[in-house]
Amino acid sequence: MALDQSFVGRTYPPTAAYEVGREKIREFAESLGDTNPVYTDPEAARALGYPDVIAPPTFIFTITFKAAGKQVVEDPQLGLDYSRVVHGDQRFEYTRPVRAGDHLSVTSIIDSIKSLAGNDILSVRGEVHDKAGDHVATSFTTLVARAADAEVEESR
Amino acid sequence: MTTARISYDTVEVGTEVPMREFRVNRADLVRYAGASGDFNPIHWNEKFAKEVGLPDVIAHGAYTMAQAARVVTEWAGDPGALVEYGVRFTRPVVVPNDDKGALIEIGAKVTAKLDDEARTVRLDIMATSAGQKVLGRARAVVRLA
Repeated sequence: MALDQSFVGRTYPPTAAYEVGREKIREFAESLGDTNPVYTDPEAARALGYPDVIAPPTFIFTITFKAAGKQVVEDPQLGLDYSRVVHGDQRFEYTRPVRAGDHLSVTSIIDSIKSLAGNDILSVRGEVHDKAGDHVATSFTTLVARAADAEVEESR
Repeated sequence: MTTARISYDTVEVGTEVPMREFRVNRADLVRYAGASGDFNPIHWNEKFAKEVGLPDVIAHGAYTMAQAARVVTEWAGDPGALVEYGVRFTRPVVVPNDDKGALIEIGAKVTAKLDDEARTVRLDIMATSAGQKVLGRARAVVRLA
């Protein structure tokens, strides 16, 4: 049940802006046990030249993954079986760190669709821009929808 | 702009970032699920995880990825110094329901000096849990001072 190749190159409309709050960044950093003050103390962030607290580098994934999930993974036309999806790999390119006060919008693009040993492999790119339209980061996510009868260990 | 603590000039190919240990338990995963918005039950519901063929509850891949980033950003001194960062999730970090949870060991090594002008280096990151490599092709590009 390979996915339709005609979806390669499909670009979804930009998401409504996500407003990044100081307390959300704090919550995220604390969930990692990461006590770097640049995530929680605006003064510490300013000392490094940032206008406000910045977010840990992988915070951006929470925004891009939500965008990809809502638009691509749940696209009924694409027909991906989410119950069998695992995160295959993840890469980010950063123009600047995410910071409190950002309003971030994600444009999701399907970069490739492959079928390997019955597994569907979907590569989704998320371009993240701020309110001014400036590029903040790009997320490259590969999702693997395991074949119905495959063992997890085999696909990893 | 970067205010990395490490100077490009003092770093050589082979420079190592010491191995660090991170302990993760079920409560950490619940906290991360809430903070990240990823509530997939394979990260907190043992019954569900086993039903889909996993040995037990597993850590979010992005959780392990975040801890691996931390090893690099704390070394560099400025999380904003990260230019590029990617990993492959090769094996799940299995988190048992006991008071110990799982141990993840993470270290890194400078494997290339990429650009003298941009002052960027590449680090290869090693991450293991229970003797197994949990991240593959884990690489970061960092802009140094």
